[in-house]
Amino acid sequence: MNGWVEAMRFSTFFYTFKQGVKNIWRNKVFSLASIATMSACIFLFGLFYAIVVNFQTIVREVESGVAVTVFFEDGTSKEAMEQIGAQIDKRTEVSRKVFVSAEEAWEEFGKVYFSGAENMMEGFEEDNPLAESAHYEIYMNDVASQSTLVTYLQSLEGVREVRSSDIAANTLTDFNRLIGYVSAGIILILLCVAVFLISNTVTTGITVRREEIAIMKLIGATDYFVRSPFIVEGILIGLIGSAIPLVLLYFMYRRLIVYVGDRFIWLSNMLRFLPVNQVFSTLVPVALLLGVGIGFLGSRLTIRKHLKV
Amino acid sequence: MIVIDNVSKAYKAGIPALNGISLHINTGEFVFIVGDSGSGKSTLIKLLLKELEPTEGDIIINGRSLNGIRHKQIPRFRRNIGVVFQDFRLLKDRNVYENIAFAQRVIATPSKKIKRRVPMMLSMVGLAAKYKSYPKQLSGGEQQRVAIARALVNEPKILLADEPTGNLDAHNAWDIMKLLDEINQKGTTVLVVTHNLEIVKAMKKRVITMRKGVIVSDERMGGSNEI
Repeated sequence: MNGWVEAMRFSTFFYTFKQGVKNIWRNKVFSLASIATMSACIFLFGLFYAIVVNFQTIVREVESGVAVTVFFEDGTSKEAMEQIGAQIDKRTEVSRKVFVSAEEAWEEFGKVYFSGAENMMEGFEEDNPLAESAHYEIYMNDVASQSTLVTYLQSLEGVREVRSSDIAANTLTDFNRLIGYVSAGIILILLCVAVFLISNTVTTGITVRREEIAIMKLIGATDYFVRSPFIVEGILIGLIGSAIPLVLLYFMYRRLIVYVGDRFIWLSNMLRFLPVNQVFSTLVPVALLLGVGIGFLGSRLTIRKHLKV
Repeated sequence: MIVIDNVSKAYKAGIPALNGISLHINTGEFVFIVGDSGSGKSTLIKLLLKELEPTEGDIIINGRSLNGIRHKQIPRFRRNIGVVFQDFRLLKDRNVYENIAFAQRVIATPSKKIKRRVPMMLSMVGLAAKYKSYPKQLSGGEQQRVAIARALVNEPKILLADEPTGNLDAHNAWDIMKLLDEINQKGTTVLVVTHNLEIVKAMKKRVITMRKGVIVSDERMGGSNEI
């Protein structure tokens, strides 16, 4: 505890910080290698993050258009339909539902199939060919829950048929999951490499400063005092290694939005990028924390292994 | 002040480096410890610094048993003891001032006190003018003076000197011994491990002679035939 109090003294903190910076400078080559690896790691992390959040937004937009359609049994009264509607509303998977009456269904049909020959639809007002086509279009919060919802809807009394597109739902869910797994895998491997390299840098630092450490111990330095510069070194490498790619990514992302917007206007309907601030308001703190965390972990593990104080 | 009570130290099963030695050193004493290589002098120094644990027995310094000091308490304990080595052990990348200030920074001394104490120590060892010099720009004797200043800057009650003149010529060796004597005159207990019998005889101090891990003689005014 006393050692910790000493370490927290301003002059000691400043001295420790300075020694941490000196450590980085003394092992320039190793430090640079660590910073470069960390930068590559955080760059890829940021890149995947930007891709994933943008993709998720696109998926969410597509998902919001994927609907399950519920048709009623012949002769179902309006009240019974409303009752089924109320039961559907209670489901957490449902984001919204739209009721389409038989008349609206016929009108919609007409717009598609009798376009330009609307007079052909005349005479059907009293004899709607789609009289049994009243239905609910149900939209979900997450298409992954489609099969659960369909099973539930099929069990409802008064429901004749439930139509859904399993391919659309499954493809979106699987693709989303695949991107998540691939990015997590690559990032995990890179993080391990970054920890390993930081550990190597700190080990070199410890070797170079072995004599100084021995003197410090004989003079009466606390464990905290001896260890702190190496922790500072690791954290600084992590911090620098995450700040560089963040700046790069920020400008690259900003330029990309402008570039795609200018050159590929036809894409703008399906490919809408999230605003740079929205992506970076989460990415910056997460990436910095990640960098600092890796730096801390790498140096802490090394100190435990190589620095017996 | 320093009580060594029946202390043994064995590194491996076999001949112990120290074999049941007992010793009492009073506050303010100047003591030489002499003996051949392998006599146990270095082991004794390491035990006094709590770099090693005795296999048997106990050491009491300033009324405190070293056996009762836990790992976390060692740094504080060591601040009461200044150490000087044969090879000086100065930090080559720092100048004289920084080498001495380092000992204070390590124990979180406020900057104001460092600025006051370091010049005082430099004057005491006669190196005030060379505070900007780096170790390689100094002679062996000067480097040892810096090491002594560093050992004393935190005002320890005890100074341990392990072969402090081992790397010095006769003239510098004498200067260092005179400096250690002056330090002792000011009240610091000084314990010097040395091979330099000429100096030991001339200094007329207490001399403890060790051989094969035991104390073979303890003379109040050293310089006997045993040495």
